[in-house]
Amino acid sequence: MIHSLFLINSSGDIFLEKHWKSVVSRSVCDYFFEAQERATEAENVPPVIPTPHHYLLSVYRHKIFFVAVIQTEVPPLFVIEFLHRVVDTFQDYFGVCSEPVIKDNVVVVYEVLEEMLDNGFPLATESNILKELIKPPTILRTVVNTITGSTNVGDQLPTGQLSVVPWRRTGVKYTNNEAYFDVIEEIDAIIDKSGSTITAEIQGVIDSCVKLTGMPDLTLSFMNPRLLDDVSFHPCVRFKRWESERILSFIPPDGNFRLLSYHVSAQNLVAIPVYVKHNISFRDSSSLGRFEITVGPKQTMGKTIEGVTVTSQMPKGVLNMSLTPSQGTHTFDPVTKMLSWDVGKINPQKLPSLKGTMSLQAGASKPDENPTINLQFKIQQLAISGLKVNRLDMYGEKYKPFKGIKYMTKAGKFQVRT
Amino acid sequence: MTDSKYFTTTKKGEIFELKAELNSDKKEKKKEAVKKVIASMTVGKDVSALFPDVVNCMQTDNLELKKLVYLYLMNYAKSQPDMAIMAVNTFVKDCEDPNPLIRALAVRTMGCIRVDKITEYLCEPLRKCLKDEDPYVRKTAAVCVAKLHDINAQLVEDQGFLDTLKDLISDSNPMVVANAVAALSEIAESHPSSNLLDLNPQSINKLLTALNECTEWGQIFILDCLANYTPKDDREAQSICERVTPRLSHANSAVVLSAVKVLMKFMEMLSKDLDYYGTLLKKLAPPLVTLLSAEPELQYVALRNINLIVQKRPEILKHEMKVFFVKYNDPIYVKLEKLDIMIRLASQANIAQVLAELKEYATEVDVDFVRKAVRAIGRCAIKVEQSAERCVSTLLDLIQTKVNYVVQEAIVVIKDIFRKYPNKYESVIATLCENLDSLDEPEARAAMIWIVGEYAERIDNADELLESFLEGFHDESTQVQLQLLTAIVKLFLKKPTETQELVQQVLSLATQDSDNPDLRDRGYIYWRLLSTDPVAAKEVVLAEKPLISEETDLIEPTLLDELICYIGTLASVYHKPPSAFVEGGRGVVHKSLPPRTASSESAESPETAPTGAPPGEQPDVIPAQGDLLGDLLNLDLGPPVSGPPLATSSVQMGAVDLLGGGLDSLMGDEPEGIGGTNFVAPPTAAVPANLGAPIGSGLSDLFDLTSGVGTLSGSYVAPKAVWLPAMKAKGLEISGTFTRQVGSISMDLQLTNKALQVMTDFAIQFNRNSFGLAPAAPLQVHAPLSPNQTVEISLPLSTVGSVMKMEPLNNLQVAVKNNIDVFYFSTLYPLHILFVEDGKMDRQMFLATWKDIPNENEAQFQIRDCPLNAEAASSKLQSSNIFTVAKRNVEGQDMLYQSLKLTNGIWVLAELRIQPGNPSCTLSLKCRAPEVSQHVYQAYETILKN
Repeated sequence: MIHSLFLINSSGDIFLEKHWKSVVSRSVCDYFFEAQERATEAENVPPVIPTPHHYLLSVYRHKIFFVAVIQTEVPPLFVIEFLHRVVDTFQDYFGVCSEPVIKDNVVVVYEVLEEMLDNGFPLATESNILKELIKPPTILRTVVNTITGSTNVGDQLPTGQLSVVPWRRTGVKYTNNEAYFDVIEEIDAIIDKSGSTITAEIQGVIDSCVKLTGMPDLTLSFMNPRLLDDVSFHPCVRFKRWESERILSFIPPDGNFRLLSYHVSAQNLVAIPVYVKHNISFRDSSSLGRFEITVGPKQTMGKTIEGVTVTSQMPKGVLNMSLTPSQGTHTFDPVTKMLSWDVGKINPQKLPSLKGTMSLQAGASKPDENPTINLQFKIQQLAISGLKVNRLDMYGEKYKPFKGIKYMTKAGKFQVRT
Repeated sequence: MTDSKYFTTTKKGEIFELKAELNSDKKEKKKEAVKKVIASMTVGKDVSALFPDVVNCMQTDNLELKKLVYLYLMNYAKSQPDMAIMAVNTFVKDCEDPNPLIRALAVRTMGCIRVDKITEYLCEPLRKCLKDEDPYVRKTAAVCVAKLHDINAQLVEDQGFLDTLKDLISDSNPMVVANAVAALSEIAESHPSSNLLDLNPQSINKLLTALNECTEWGQIFILDCLANYTPKDDREAQSICERVTPRLSHANSAVVLSAVKVLMKFMEMLSKDLDYYGTLLKKLAPPLVTLLSAEPELQYVALRNINLIVQKRPEILKHEMKVFFVKYNDPIYVKLEKLDIMIRLASQANIAQVLAELKEYATEVDVDFVRKAVRAIGRCAIKVEQSAERCVSTLLDLIQTKVNYVVQEAIVVIKDIFRKYPNKYESVIATLCENLDSLDEPEARAAMIWIVGEYAERIDNADELLESFLEGFHDESTQVQLQLLTAIVKLFLKKPTETQELVQQVLSLATQDSDNPDLRDRGYIYWRLLSTDPVAAKEVVLAEKPLISEETDLIEPTLLDELICYIGTLASVYHKPPSAFVEGGRGVVHKSLPPRTASSESAESPETAPTGAPPGEQPDVIPAQGDLLGDLLNLDLGPPVSGPPLATSSVQMGAVDLLGGGLDSLMGDEPEGIGGTNFVAPPTAAVPANLGAPIGSGLSDLFDLTSGVGTLSGSYVAPKAVWLPAMKAKGLEISGTFTRQVGSISMDLQLTNKALQVMTDFAIQFNRNSFGLAPAAPLQVHAPLSPNQTVEISLPLSTVGSVMKMEPLNNLQVAVKNNIDVFYFSTLYPLHILFVEDGKMDRQMFLATWKDIPNENEAQFQIRDCPLNAEAASSKLQSSNIFTVAKRNVEGQDMLYQSLKLTNGIWVLAELRIQPGNPSCTLSLKCRAPEVSQHVYQAYETILKN
């Protein structure tokens, strides 16, 4: 199982190590550094690296490498999933997961890691339970602790640990009982030169924030559950009920959690809400190129597209760009050749555009590659797949909770080729 | 206020100051000090000097302080074993604490301290905790057994913890079950042969129940454990599959992949006509696609596994091509894997899309990726014939871009396309030749030179082109040099008049000025061919080339099947079986897919046992070559010849005998024990295998006739068993049995080629063994063994080989060689093949000998379930050369007095007592060499029961 964990920052310093079995010398990370050197960018470091006696499995998040050391045959997905869970837990505990924050809370981090694994076997990875075992630091608590001498380690066995609902603690009490559900859909798409869609799919999630007293039993039903044929559930969802009735029935964890994620890939169901008109041309034997892009709404069901940003990695041969946007601001970094244009809202009456020229290296032939345009946007009050929640019911408790559903569509990996 | 304050130090020395604080009276101060110590420890500073001071803080009712001290202990106890003893009392006390959290914490921490003295004290508390009333303590204790096993495996076995752990699989709490399974799996990994996770339908049922209720990590352990189970029939397989399918919708990708593994494995047992089979196939696609929307690291592992799944069952993802399209900001390792799968899924239906994508990728920035994309276009052309033309034109477009590495890569793949579709696309050669100068990589240069040589007659200036390469001949890599040599010879054969000078030049460069043996040899061969018989040279050099296969990079079917059993593990990431890379070569049990068995069938024929037989029954494969090194001197692969070696076989021997010189030792060793007073049938010497039935000795035939029983049927022959599974021998599977017919022993072999390549050059050799068994003729496999072909061979054996006592006595170690490698295995031969035909002893002699052999040499055995009467038993035994000397009836029991003789002259006397109506009989054996008795008994049992 998982032997050790090293946290490494982007400049290659090991700033935390934790061993669950015997101590593995940190020199094992040299193999990782070698791989890191070979990879041009941090993202490209391979996630599985063999060394003569160990295997290093790593994830890269928040500019930190989380490197797990294993010695025997362990499912790599198991380790990688666990590492992501560690990152999520840190984020949950400290708000952000960064080197300074981890260093500031090193003892809590250490205690949490110790609770998460025993002898390399996962022990408690639900943040609900961890928080009962080791309370996250808050300014108020540190003050109280110093005065009363109490600690931030719970001395009761977390109630959820062994119940049939390990994700929920007992004895939850709220004065305001509320349950919020956010249906968030991200569109991943590749659009080719001519504007036709090559692939398009929707990654949807329902993120929930449930603060309800006691042991509520919820059911959530959809107007069009047939959309959801490829779903992954939080362990709380009763799978049988979903299979037979297409209703989500569950006892929710306390606080924030992801109820389900789903995937819609059928091409006809994925509407593309924006289009990009582009004209990027390089000419041989000319040191100037033309650049023009326009962004416009397509199938938005009458909603406004906001938060639009356009980024594009320009070819190495481009020295500089002189562009004028019709709205928003733009920057071009001549070192990384990254063009980014913060557009803002799209007004369908006056489409935003960015025009100008690119100066190329004099005498060089025209670049081989065509830049790809990356698009970010948001549409409030709309789930692009058309998914709609029908109703939410609560059983098992007497009070009337406050319920809320929010929809949002975002661009995921939305790329337009030129 | 943050923990960073723990890192600040003062000038006086950190350790000194901490020491003072640790010994402070104030609780708060103590705790802060321990925190500082822990903080230093996390960043790798050595704070072991504070050991006694920290341990002093352990006895406290403050749980946080206790935990912190425990953290410290785990880290440093190893370096201060004597000091660590100080902590034992507190640990033992804590294991009795009323708070289950503290009990669990104590037992958990003790398991992490790798100090022998602490381990001793751990056993009692651990035993209690394994039976604790609180499941939280039990589940912690289960993991602790695994820890303890890691420290001291013997102790765990002696204390019976393994059995307790096995009991926990039936625990009422699913989390305890999951942890018990996890612990057992980890222990089993270091003991591959032990049958720790002995799964039966009941325990499977318990696991499946626990699967629904335990945590995600527990589900992974349980699913991985289930994957090792072999259901007894397709119905059981289906019902397990049905209960595992809901896991495909789990949010944790490791759970999903483990579930996929179970399903992929058990699907093998389901009939393809079953409706359920189709349903299951459909259910597998969406979760695999969903894995690709996870984080890139998860995607990578998923893609490596999908690569295997697509090869095993292409139908699952055949409609999902688009999810493998590459996004430009995917990490490179994801891009390359996606590309690989795209080619595997390419078919006539989607080739247009795929090509358009590949062309797009060829204009990207990353050089490695672009190269692979260009190569992929070539692979598509070879795979989908209808698309070849489009692929070639796409490649030509790419060559027009003049991007150096794109051009080179394109030329390499075009060469393959030429080979696949000869005389179809040669019109593009002109375009290729334009780019000759820009090629700077050996592979591309070699490919181009091959093209010029192959199509020399269509290229007007072929001689000039090749000549230009020849100028820098010595600076080229070997690959290019070899190719250039061949190309110029081809050119010469096609246009002999103009190129004589050129060919002279290259031949002398290759043979005289080069110190590369490959190049020199090839040069000489061409030279001689050309000088002796140019017509023959033409036939050889310009011979028609075999077509190249459609799919490249396919994993061999046997390896693929094994890898399917390892979905989700490191093996699946590396596409190698764990035995190929697992540290320390801890004997890894090979896994194999269960065979397809229908329940109706299996009810009729219980013999269709799953191939994944328990390891104990599997044929012993001699583990490491190192152990055998000494023996190898006698274990050469030439056919050993007994008696005067035949001229023909010695010639063959020269060809096959790679290890050299075992002959003398074989010749020198006269078979021991032969040449006693009795007549001995001469061993059948050097009977060529292809003569069919071995010729027996005429004398022993006569003897058989006088004894009045036709032994023409020969002695009992066991059914063939697999001796060498294909997985261990790079695709060669050997099964076989031993027979004795009319005085001669032979080994009946069945060789099956389960690899992708043709096998030739077979040879066999035995290690020295107890009875001097040795092949009497070379192993003759007449034609090369093509993939999936099976041959049956009867290999005559002699008993005049060199003798060495083996353990067990009837152990035979065999080495088999083919063009691929040398493989070793060992097998046990039944002793009755050694019973000679003249084993009937005179009555008087029998009586005298029986008295003569001391009583302590007598061994008694029970043969159960053998309802034969004396007559039947006697005749049955006689056909296997066990002769009844006398028979009498004592108090209603039939007593048979029997004798037999082994090939090395050892006599065995037997008394068989048969009671009519009682199915078991008693066998008493007397022999001067009592160690054979056990095996003779086994022979009796086999003969009587068959």
